[in-house]
Amino acid sequence: MTGALDAPRAPAPAPMLRALASPRVMRALLPAMSMTILLVAIFVVQPRAMSYFGLNLMLNLALPIAFATIAQMFVITVNDLDLSIGGFVSFVACVGATFLNDTPLLGVVVLAGCIAVYAALGALVHLRNLPSIVVTLGMSFVWLGLSILLLPTPGGTAPAWLVAIVKFKMPFVPFAILMSVVLALVVHVALMRSAAGVVLRGSGGNPLAIAKAGWSLLKLKVTMYAFAGFFGVLSGLSLVGMTTSADANIALRYTLLSVAGVILGGGEFVGGRVSPIGAVIGALTLALAGSLLSFLQISPDWQIGAQGVILVVVLALRALVNRAEARAR
Amino acid sequence: MTAETARAPRRLLPRLAASRWIWSFVGAAAVWIATIAFTHGQGATEILTSALTFSAFFVVVGIGQMFVITAGPGNIDLSIPANIALSGALAMMVMAGADTMIPLGVAAAIGCGVLVGCLNYALIRVLAIPPIIATLSASFFVQSVAIAYGRGLKIKPPPGFSAFTTGQVMGVPILAACIVVLAVVMAVVLHRTLYGRAVSAIGQNPRAAELAGLSVGRTRFLTYVLSAALAGLCGALLAGFSGGASLNMGEEYLLASIAVVVIGGSSVAGGASNVPGIWGAALFLYLVVTMLNTFGVGAGIRLVLTGVIIIAVITLAGGRPTGRR
Repeated sequence: MTGALDAPRAPAPAPMLRALASPRVMRALLPAMSMTILLVAIFVVQPRAMSYFGLNLMLNLALPIAFATIAQMFVITVNDLDLSIGGFVSFVACVGATFLNDTPLLGVVVLAGCIAVYAALGALVHLRNLPSIVVTLGMSFVWLGLSILLLPTPGGTAPAWLVAIVKFKMPFVPFAILMSVVLALVVHVALMRSAAGVVLRGSGGNPLAIAKAGWSLLKLKVTMYAFAGFFGVLSGLSLVGMTTSADANIALRYTLLSVAGVILGGGEFVGGRVSPIGAVIGALTLALAGSLLSFLQISPDWQIGAQGVILVVVLALRALVNRAEARAR
Repeated sequence: MTAETARAPRRLLPRLAASRWIWSFVGAAAVWIATIAFTHGQGATEILTSALTFSAFFVVVGIGQMFVITAGPGNIDLSIPANIALSGALAMMVMAGADTMIPLGVAAAIGCGVLVGCLNYALIRVLAIPPIIATLSASFFVQSVAIAYGRGLKIKPPPGFSAFTTGQVMGVPILAACIVVLAVVMAVVLHRTLYGRAVSAIGQNPRAAELAGLSVGRTRFLTYVLSAALAGLCGALLAGFSGGASLNMGEEYLLASIAVVVIGGSSVAGGASNVPGIWGAALFLYLVVTMLNTFGVGAGIRLVLTGVIIIAVITLAGGRPTGRR
């Protein structure tokens, strides 16, 4: 808003620099900057982390979190919140370690059914005008219960092909990094750059306008929830491929991590303002925060606390940028 | 709307039928009857006694969450579980097993809650972020403090405090009776005090409330502090009841606190709440679990059914669009 308009009024010596310092760009760069700072801190504390092996080790468990964060982002885009994603990812992991291995066809059917359940949730929330928080909190019980029914004790075996995909050793670039980049770019193009994406985001940003333009808000919400279910499935599968066995509580913390990741990455709760690239970066940042703490030999007790602090610091910086923008106007 | 119904001299029965909270009691009674029908009347009063005891904890946090939800769309307190864990541990540490320290311990727990509430509101206000994220970030931090200081804490509650939280007089739990009194007080606060009316007004239309001269900021601040203070109190009581504080004792209270508000007939969009429904909903939630246990279903099916029932109830009860924002 500011950069382009300001340029002709004030012939600045370096318009590029001015544009870079504009609040809008600052806000977009904030997630990347926080991750860079974290990475630099990690490399300073533990230089050996700066290697293929080190990065692979640190980012291995970041990929499922990134998928879950993207799933959460789809729900947040339509101004809802999914408090069941952790339970859902756990359930998918349990399915992956049981049905998908023993009777692959049944496993695929169950996973497709999961996505259908998500779509139905979207329809329910929309048609009955229900608070998504309560519905998804209820669903978190359902997923947890189903997981316990499947795997009362930790166990199961991930299908060999899944393990092979997830543990695939790429030359030069760790698989987790490549997949994260692909994930961020694909979702970015689909949601931020395509015509369909504009409508989908609009259903969260200005539902009235979208409805007036002739789109069915019901269909849009169902689509967004179905996408959330789809990426939740990917999260669960990549997780179980990494751990090779599952248990009912394996991913319960993903619920809070995914919300934090979306917000860290520049997502906001109103108006369909989200950023897929930011969300992936946010998820990686949260995953890396744990590594930094353990390199600093800080007790794991403080791990969640540190994630909270990172969240607050980034949000504080964003609030500063927003205030600067308000003043400039 | 609320003032009208309060003033209109209507007969009791139609008024009860028209109120939304009565259905939570109807549901609780139905579940109770189904349970004792299964046991052929055995343990009917015992079930009620334990339901009253356990529901009391749901009610304490539910009332706080209700005030927050009443303050309008988007307002919610997600820091309750972490708050309960920290306050409970703190109360046990301050009491250190001595009866004379009970008041100080309870005060410390409530004080801890107040601090968490201040932290919540400070984040909401200073960072201008939605309450969901603010209370979530605060709860991350509070949880860490609770883990760091509460780990391996094996302090038993003072005998007097245990006796108070677990004691009964003629089958009626003392604690539940006290929480009924608390609920009555809170109902008066909600419907009859300037603060309570301000919360409802802001929930219905913050702009109109502000133009009418209400301080939106101060009311919201008080609301978050109240919710957190009640969560702190719940932490102390829970630690006393379960023979010591544990780190995960607050876990189930996030869903419970929200569910009792919604099932109790308060509007999720804010602005229209009631206190009695919270008791009805808390009894309902507890009795459902008891019923499923009595029927002998496993943990997995019990969880699934609990979730399905919650979703079914709010689909039926919470679906009516309020139409006023």
